[in-house]
Amino acid sequence: MTGHAPGHRPRRQEGGRRRAGRALTAPTTVLGALGMVGMALLILPLWALVARSPWRDLVDLLGDRTVRAALRLSLVTSLAAVAVSTLLGVPLAWLLARHEFPGRAMLRALSLLPMVLPPVVGGVALLLAFGRRGLLGQPLAQLTGVTLPFSTAGVVVAESFVSMPFLVVTVESGLRIADRRLEDAAATLGAGRWTVLRRVTLPLIGPSLAAGMALCWARALGEFGATLTFAGNLPDRTQTMPLAVYLQLERQPEVAYLLSLLLLAVSVAVLITLRDRFLRAP
Amino acid sequence: MGALRALVAVLLVAAPALASCATGAQGRLADPPAAGARSGSDLTGDLLVFAAGSLTEAFEELGGAFRHVHPDVDVMFSFAGSQVLARQIAHGAPADVFAAAAPAQTDWLVDRGVVAGEPRVLASNRLAIVVAAGNPLGIRTLADLARPDVTFVMAAEEVPAGHYARAVLWAADVEVSPASLEIDVRAVLSRVVLGEADAGIVYASDVAVGDGVASVEIPPARNVAVTYMAAIPRDAPNPRAAGAFVGFARSPDGQAILRRHGLLRP
Repeated sequence: MTGHAPGHRPRRQEGGRRRAGRALTAPTTVLGALGMVGMALLILPLWALVARSPWRDLVDLLGDRTVRAALRLSLVTSLAAVAVSTLLGVPLAWLLARHEFPGRAMLRALSLLPMVLPPVVGGVALLLAFGRRGLLGQPLAQLTGVTLPFSTAGVVVAESFVSMPFLVVTVESGLRIADRRLEDAAATLGAGRWTVLRRVTLPLIGPSLAAGMALCWARALGEFGATLTFAGNLPDRTQTMPLAVYLQLERQPEVAYLLSLLLLAVSVAVLITLRDRFLRAP
Repeated sequence: MGALRALVAVLLVAAPALASCATGAQGRLADPPAAGARSGSDLTGDLLVFAAGSLTEAFEELGGAFRHVHPDVDVMFSFAGSQVLARQIAHGAPADVFAAAAPAQTDWLVDRGVVAGEPRVLASNRLAIVVAAGNPLGIRTLADLARPDVTFVMAAEEVPAGHYARAVLWAADVEVSPASLEIDVRAVLSRVVLGEADAGIVYASDVAVGDGVASVEIPPARNVAVTYMAAIPRDAPNPRAAGAFVGFARSPDGQAILRRHGLLRP
C-alpha cells in the first residue's frame, strides 16, 4: 500500500506515466481494502475469544472436572494418534515416494482424501468399516468381543484417520527431495538396508517428519466431527476438548472459552514450531 | 472502485430500509385466526422457522400445508437441538419462529428479552425406549437399560431429550451407564438404527422415523409430559408470517398434521 499514494506522484509527468499510476492505484486500493477485510475476518474472532475469556478465573477453571477430563483425554488420544500415524504413515509415505507400482497415483490420492473430506463423512465411513455392524467391525466383535465405537480406542482411530494424511504428505515430500546418492553411497560402503534406513534416510527426512508429526498432532487435537460420529460423547472416555467445548457452551460458557483458549494456544505453539516451513516470507 | 462504492452505497442505504419495512409499524398478530380460513393471503416474504430436531418430519409437512394457504411465503427450516437454536437466536440469528422441545428453552430467551409476547404451547410428546426391530435383547422396562449386556445411549443433559430422559430414569431409580451422551435426540435414534447401540431413550414420535427399530413404551406413570413451545423472537424479520405460522400450527388442521407424526395434543 505504501509508496503508491496519489499525492506522491510527480505532477510534471503527464500522459503514459500518469495513466499507469492511476491503473496501479485503483487495484491497490481495492485489493488492499479487501485484504484488510480478509485479515479482520481471520483475526477478529480469535481476538474476541482472547478478550472475552475469563482470565481471572483461569486457575479455578483449570481445576474443573470436565476441563481436566477433556484435557487429559485429548492429550492421551492425540499423542496416541500421532504414534499410530507415525508407525503406519512413514512406511506409507515411503511406499508412495520410493516405489513405482500400478495404481500408485490413485492410491496416493485415496490416502490423502481424509485431508479434504468433511470429518463427519469420515465418521460415517469409520462406522461402516469398524462399527459393531461394520465390514471389519462385525467379525472383530464376534471374534474378540472388542468394539471400537464409544471407546477411547475409537477416538484414536478417528483422530488417526483424519490426521495421518498430514504426516504422510509431509514425509513423502521430504523423501522425494532427500538426496538418494547419500543412501547409495552408504550402501556401497557396505551398510545394510536397515542401517541405511536408520542412519541415513531417517535423519535426512528428520525435519519433514517433525513437521508432519506437529501438523498431525494439531489436527488430531482439534478433531470433532469424526470423533463425535464414530466414538460418541462421554466424559472421561470419548469426550475430547472440542466436544467438551461444544457441549459446555450451553451450561458453562466460561469452561468452553477456557478450553477454546487452550486449543488456540496449542495451535499458536504448533505454528511457531513450524515457522520455518510456513511463516518464513519468501 | 466506482462500481464497488456504488454497490456498498446501495447496500448501506437499502439494508435498513428493507429491514424497517419488514419489522416496521405493522405490529404483531398475537394469535391470528386460523390461517386456513382465509383465502387470498396477503402474506409474503421469507419465513425462517427454527425447530427442535424431533419436529423435523412433522414441521416439514406443516410447512407444506402452510405454503398451500400462503403461497407467497417462502418457508425455510433450521432443525437442531433446541438449546443450540436458542443460543443462535440469542446471538441474533434471524429466526421468525422458534419451536422448542422444552419450555426451558423459550423461557431462557424470554429472560433475555428477545421474545415478543408469550411463548405458546404447540404440542406434547412423551419418551419411549427405542430398540432394534424384534427387540432381540428383550428390553421391557427402564431397569433393563442398566443391564451390562445392553449398550445404551441417551442425549446429553444439555439437550431437552437428555434432560427428560435423566428425569425419567431418576424417578424410576434406575442407574444407567450410557455408552454415549449424544448432542441431539436424532443422534440417539441413529445409533440404534445403525446397530451401534442396543437401546436409547428418544421421543415416542421419533421411533416412527427410524428404519428397523421398534419402541418399548414407558408407562405413563413413569413418563414425562414433553411440551413443545413456540415463540416469536422480537427481531423476527417477518413477524406477521411468523404469527400466521404459529396460529396455523395451533389450528385444527395444523394439530392434525402434528398428530399424524406421533405428537400429542397439548
